[in-house]
Amino acid sequence: MEDLFTSAVLVGIFWATLRIATPLLLAALGELVCESSGILNLSLEGTMTMGAFAGFYVANETGSILAGLVAAGIGGAFLSLIMALMTVTAKVNQVVAGLALNILGLGLAFFWYRSIYEAEGSIDIPTVETMQAPFEFFPIPWLTILAFVMVPVVWVFLYRTKYGLELRSVGHNPEACDMRGVGIISRQYVAVVFGGVMAGLAGSFLSLGSTGLFFPDIISGRGWIALAIVIFGNWRATWVLVGSLLFGFLEATQLALQASDVDLPYQLLLALPFVLTIVALVFNRSRSNVPLSLTIPYHRGER
Amino acid sequence: MTETILAVDRVTKRFPGVVANDAVSVDIRRGEIHCLLGENGAGKTTLADILYGVYRPDEGSVTFRGETLELHTPRDAIAAGIGMVHQHFELVPPMSVVENVVIGTSASQWLDLSEVRDRLNEFFHNYDVEIDPDAEVGRLSVGEQQWVEIFKTLYFGVEVLILDEPTAVLTPQGVQELFRILRRMRDEGLTIILITHKLKEVMELSDRVTVLRLGKVVGTVNTADVEMRDLAQMMVGREVLFQFDKERSHPGEAVLEVDGIHLASVTGRGSLKGLSLSVHAGEVVGLAGVSGNGQNALFDALVGVEQPSAGAIRIGGVDIAELSANRIGQLGMASVPADRIAQGLLMDFKVKENLVLGRHRSNPFSRAGVLNRSAIDGFAAESIEGFDIRTPSASQLTRTLSGGNLQKVIMARELSGEPRLLVAHQPTRGLDISASEYVRRRLLEERDRGAAVLLMSEDLDEIFQLSDRIAVIYDGRIVSETTPEQADLESLGLSMAGVDTVEAGSAA
Repeated sequence: MEDLFTSAVLVGIFWATLRIATPLLLAALGELVCESSGILNLSLEGTMTMGAFAGFYVANETGSILAGLVAAGIGGAFLSLIMALMTVTAKVNQVVAGLALNILGLGLAFFWYRSIYEAEGSIDIPTVETMQAPFEFFPIPWLTILAFVMVPVVWVFLYRTKYGLELRSVGHNPEACDMRGVGIISRQYVAVVFGGVMAGLAGSFLSLGSTGLFFPDIISGRGWIALAIVIFGNWRATWVLVGSLLFGFLEATQLALQASDVDLPYQLLLALPFVLTIVALVFNRSRSNVPLSLTIPYHRGER
Repeated sequence: MTETILAVDRVTKRFPGVVANDAVSVDIRRGEIHCLLGENGAGKTTLADILYGVYRPDEGSVTFRGETLELHTPRDAIAAGIGMVHQHFELVPPMSVVENVVIGTSASQWLDLSEVRDRLNEFFHNYDVEIDPDAEVGRLSVGEQQWVEIFKTLYFGVEVLILDEPTAVLTPQGVQELFRILRRMRDEGLTIILITHKLKEVMELSDRVTVLRLGKVVGTVNTADVEMRDLAQMMVGREVLFQFDKERSHPGEAVLEVDGIHLASVTGRGSLKGLSLSVHAGEVVGLAGVSGNGQNALFDALVGVEQPSAGAIRIGGVDIAELSANRIGQLGMASVPADRIAQGLLMDFKVKENLVLGRHRSNPFSRAGVLNRSAIDGFAAESIEGFDIRTPSASQLTRTLSGGNLQKVIMARELSGEPRLLVAHQPTRGLDISASEYVRRRLLEERDRGAAVLLMSEDLDEIFQLSDRIAVIYDGRIVSETTPEQADLESLGLSMAGVDTVEAGSAA
């Protein structure tokens, strides 16, 4: 047991926590903004895969990490734009649309990957290292910095700007906003596409910043965890940060446990985040911040 | 004073299947309180929504301050100087009063709420309304929410304020308070258009009144020149009975006994805190109260959807604590829920299916678990005839029926088993005069047949008309009991508002 508490292991867990939390935090913050406008985007998994692939492909072709990141954002935006078209404009059931796009995102990424790389294994891409910020004592990826900076940015946007207030109002009572001339459609599009860009970047962190690889199930459930984090965080930016770090920490500890010879089932730690989410849901029930119109399409004049 | 500020000229608005406004012309004068009076479906709200930019007229025009009004959205109307408070509020409950006011304004993108807060405080102070601008709107009482709605609209500096049925949610005192302030606002130069179907309010408040019927203007009159009876006749198109000829009741044994029940509601508002009540065979007990004082919890407890945490409910002497809603029904309990669409009907089912809902499991409607179509069809035909349900056929989708006919479907179903106990929650809310009359007569017929009837209503006129005894519910308890003969509106209103009704003498 003692070898788990050596400084090397603890430092390892610290870095691993940040590394694991980064894509979760990026995707969850995007989803937070999206859900605040009343649209539940369940296609995070597919959108992140799309971002991971687009980032990987473009970075590989151009040799530029920056171009890869831009491509990842565009890839995520592309998929979420379809989401917005279906749910905001066509008013399709959001759960159905989200699940369908999930499959589409995973399928497209896999299809393009196979047709471009012909099932080759890993392909060398212009180094994970260029993702790091140039602080020698602090080898932290740019995207991790971005993820943490986005916490106050999203908070200020949602709670300190009129646009954010109106966006949240749309999520609670679109009819009230419509009556006052607040554009519902534009705000929901902005929110959904923002969520898509963030999910795309989150995906690219895994292919560009973490492994330098792309493989079809590279996201392996992180999209769903990000959705759980939004619930765990009770739709608050600060608690989404806490949730991401907690989930990251538990995962990192679990990995360290597997590597050590401590005889403790790591599956317990793997399951813990989800248990915590359920517990948080139960305790938040009476003062939940869930957007009141989440998943309910708004039809003008249906009164 | 006689200058026309807003002129509606032969406005027609059609919806699929109906002409909501048919060449309607009205002129509104600056600084008057003008009532739009009419039954449900008369086209009052549609007309107001046209003035507020929600709908565009198919024909005709609206002139405001001498210029033709071209409205595309409510925002245009507000910018022009016309504001509206809808019947159900356009508020965002989880947000504060100030935040609700800021939504949609031209305030800068960086939220600075202090200026709005100051102006609101000034407003509230000016009109003696006590509301904390930072309070969460969802936690305010319905009356307070209405103030927020009104001030939210006035914040834009509108010249014309349209109010759609503003008194529906208020106590008699709340109504007086509202009227007092509306008169003051009028005297300060505001033009007020009030939509209502309540004659008393028209008589009390308005300067002039325009009566609408079936989308057409019947006429515009000075309130001072007419009697209530004239307006009623204009509104309905025939003479209206204001009083039912009700025979004396002959109460029998207690059918419903509610004994000190407690039931916490999820939101914390409207919990039951030791409510006791009894209803005897052959009498109507009217339960008066402002909504949110436990009526919903009581209804849920009676029909068996919720289980009280303490106390007991007995129907015909049988404790229903452990019984399912279905078993309670078999004890002879029938219920008419307040929200007929959410709780009373399956809107996407056929009328005949809704007519047997709940009884579909037993003879003759099903045999060995298979529905007996001919029995259902026969019963449906009988009910549609007997209750005068206006539907093209028994197989019509329930969704397509009007509110009054929906209620008749529920009544037909619930009364078909000749219940010993009938619990009716807001049975005439949203119904027009004719449908309300029908429902009320049916309730009295049930009483005369010997059923115990518990009538939960926010409409005091209805309570007075139908009840043999009146109980007032406030904060989850019965705070006073009286009879229609002894009661007066004022003391009843005070009990409803929770003003202490314990005799002052006992303390001294």
